[in-house]
Amino acid sequence: MSVLDSKIPKSDLKDKWTYYKDHVNLVNPANKRSIDIIVVGTGLAGASAAASLAEMGYSVKAFCFQDSARRAHSIAAQGGINAAKNYKNDGDSTFRLFYDTIKGGDYRAREANVHRLAEVSANIIDQCVAQGVPFARDYGGMLDNRSFGGTLVQRTFYAAGQTGQQLLLGAYSAISKEVAKGSVKMYSRHEMLDMVIVGGKARGIIARNLVNGEIERHSAHAVLLCTGGYGNVFFLSTNAMGSNATAAWKAYKRGAYFGNPCYTQIHPTCIPVSGDHQSKLTLMSESLRNDGRIWVPAKKEDVMAIREKRKKPTDLAEADRDYYLERRYPSFGNLVPRDVASRAAKERCDAGHGVNATGEAVYLDFAAAIERYGKIECTKKGIVNPDSMTITRLGREVVKEKYGNLFDMYMQITGENPYETPMMIYPAVHYTMGGLWVDYNLMTTIPGCYALGEANFSDHGANRLGASALMQGLADGYFVIPYTIGEYLANDIRTGKIPTNTPEFDEAEKQVKERIEKFLSSKGTKPVDYFHKRLGKVMWNKCGMARNAEGLKQAIEEIKAIRADFWANVRVTGAANEFNQELEKAGRVADFLELGELMCRDALNRNESCGGHFREEYQTEEGEALRDDNHFAHVAAWEFKGLENEPVRHKEELVFENIKLVQRSYK
Amino acid sequence: MSNTMKLTLKIWRQKGPKDSGKLVDYPVDHVSPDMSFLEMLDVLNEQLVEKGEEPVAFDHDCREGICGMCSLVINGRAHGPQTGVTTCQLHMRSFKDGDTIYIEPFRANSFPVIKDLAVDRGAFDRIIQAGGYVSVNTGAAQDANNLPVNKNDADKAFSAATCIGCGACVATCKNASAMLFVSAKVSQLALLPQGKVEAQDRVLNMVHQMDLEGFGNCTNTGACEVECPKGISLDNIARMNREYMVASLKKEN
Repeated sequence: MSVLDSKIPKSDLKDKWTYYKDHVNLVNPANKRSIDIIVVGTGLAGASAAASLAEMGYSVKAFCFQDSARRAHSIAAQGGINAAKNYKNDGDSTFRLFYDTIKGGDYRAREANVHRLAEVSANIIDQCVAQGVPFARDYGGMLDNRSFGGTLVQRTFYAAGQTGQQLLLGAYSAISKEVAKGSVKMYSRHEMLDMVIVGGKARGIIARNLVNGEIERHSAHAVLLCTGGYGNVFFLSTNAMGSNATAAWKAYKRGAYFGNPCYTQIHPTCIPVSGDHQSKLTLMSESLRNDGRIWVPAKKEDVMAIREKRKKPTDLAEADRDYYLERRYPSFGNLVPRDVASRAAKERCDAGHGVNATGEAVYLDFAAAIERYGKIECTKKGIVNPDSMTITRLGREVVKEKYGNLFDMYMQITGENPYETPMMIYPAVHYTMGGLWVDYNLMTTIPGCYALGEANFSDHGANRLGASALMQGLADGYFVIPYTIGEYLANDIRTGKIPTNTPEFDEAEKQVKERIEKFLSSKGTKPVDYFHKRLGKVMWNKCGMARNAEGLKQAIEEIKAIRADFWANVRVTGAANEFNQELEKAGRVADFLELGELMCRDALNRNESCGGHFREEYQTEEGEALRDDNHFAHVAAWEFKGLENEPVRHKEELVFENIKLVQRSYK
Repeated sequence: MSNTMKLTLKIWRQKGPKDSGKLVDYPVDHVSPDMSFLEMLDVLNEQLVEKGEEPVAFDHDCREGICGMCSLVINGRAHGPQTGVTTCQLHMRSFKDGDTIYIEPFRANSFPVIKDLAVDRGAFDRIIQAGGYVSVNTGAAQDANNLPVNKNDADKAFSAATCIGCGACVATCKNASAMLFVSAKVSQLALLPQGKVEAQDRVLNMVHQMDLEGFGNCTNTGACEVECPKGISLDNIARMNREYMVASLKKEN
């Protein structure tokens, strides 16, 4: 019997959530006022949770490290948010969204959680529209949809290429409304540096005020970690510069199990790396694959000619181009899931067909879409026998309306015009499916400590489908935690305020202060970024798009060595009691240096390929991920046993009662 | 790369909110035109740390022009010489070898300097808290398509809603007015049926808070629109003025 109890309600899949809501414990409104909840992070999950819980009457404290709740990195999500509304009448349903998500995740997610996600997806759209989120609409005034990878229906709602921004500003407006009422107290420019456990329960946090460096104690009856993913362990990723794993990592070290840390999403369409100075990578939305065709030159001589700039991509005839996704996956074509698209790009580039100087780029070409749209526009406008200039001009206008901001971003970064020449793209670290292990209530293995959104492991299995992260973050915050937290807090109505002058708070604060002192007193000479970049290279090369046992074993040793070097040779300038960005970075990187090792360990122990976790030893003859359902249809949840000891790997068996496990096929 | 640049940076250094600041010269070499402006500052900061000097504090996060956290007045212009981009999207190919570049914080009484180039824009949060929302609780929404919205209004509302809250409009305005920021939110919600219910209280409360925060008045110079990285239109200010006038008149009756 596993130590992990997922607490999935016992009833038919489609009734589980209804049954749960009908029977869950409730806290009466008068009692809610005397219950404190801490929410760390104000992205989609955190802001929606903080607002919703405050509306219900709980007393909420919300924390973010940015200067405003509105800056959380959910804001950068571009393409859209899925919901099973079936507004397009194209056969969508709750079950299909559930099914696509389980399949997209390569059968490594929990059925009950995913079904609940699909059920509440429609409510999210309603809620956001009511808040004034300006989704794209058609001329009848109704909401518009588009397609994303891994699906055969149009269920993605969007606001140009800025859907995340609009959804986050909606959630930010909701939290602002509660701040105004005093039901949420907002702590911006604050970073959680430890979790405080009292009597085995999460009862508070230690936070640093990033403006003046003061170390603060905050107590609560429950702590929600909505702190996003850990993609920045790779140094280069599409995450924001400040995105970090510290809150989740502190919870792990205090007893929360870490689920599937090796599941990382490498997004296929990002702007390639341009040099050593690079600080981050920029995503080009998956929505571009609705209209863009991905290709590389079929012949090596054309590849060389393009790299040496003797030829331009537009010089190549159709027959000399290899649209490899359309070739390999005729039914899904350019809209295969992200893991499949990324690996296919890597395969072509490894085979020597990459089109930039480093050989690590493929084309994303809009010429066909521009022509198609141009012709449609000509027909609409009644232009008979249009010349190609007119078609191109009108086609570009349509493409500009759909993707203008993304094209502008591309132009700004690369200095090239994607209306005239194909974009160059390459996969980059984007999202982490792994995260803190949670049960059906979203509670971690520490009672009273919850994890929401990207910070938990629960809904995306080994690969997340496009437009599902926004859905999950908001589902957790608006529609799941408001119910599930009552189950726990109903037992806390007589507890009263949690005091902060206790030995547990003393101990946690002392540890935080000692670590800060250790950074500042280090006699090294190297800046924090130097170590972060080294860690990132090891992770990308050995725990990235493809992994193997030998490489992972080396990586674990190399990371240990970098970690030792870091503590001996890092230099952190400035003082503790001031605005000190180097000190902030040092704390985050110190945690990444531990987390990276756990990711490699998890990847090494999962002797199969699934979704974003591709072990070279386990692949089909055609180079597809080869799962081992007999031995690995489970969640790996890691228990911390002290840094000097190996962590313990626990298993939660995944039970599939409604979906048959098959080899994923997008052919 | 062969075509790297040598530059002189004149950067505003200020220890804390109460200290007086000054411009300090920093020569930088081997700057690649493909670097972003903030990556160039990263390189400078790494060099400063290696020398044991204090790196330059500046706000930034997403580095893709959407979070609104980066700021900087570069050669006298908020977010630098290009229009329609934030500082994090500015690349060094916009500069020439041998250039001297002045780098200062967003300056306004309502945006006090925290350190060096980082300022406190909390006033913007407080303005939104005064009314920049629709008062709808979670769970109280009807089906999304029960509320058709004219596409033209929806598109205009979206354009206004793309404001990233960076504060370039304030930093640029000779009066340090926040009218463009406030009007973008007022417009977004006034254009949509969901926002109309509270539109009058919203505009009065948000403008009141804007005044309390000490932002200056609008004298229609239009500099804010020019420097706004998201191209938020002055039309929003006109719309807010109308909304404000109507709301004030109704309130008096």
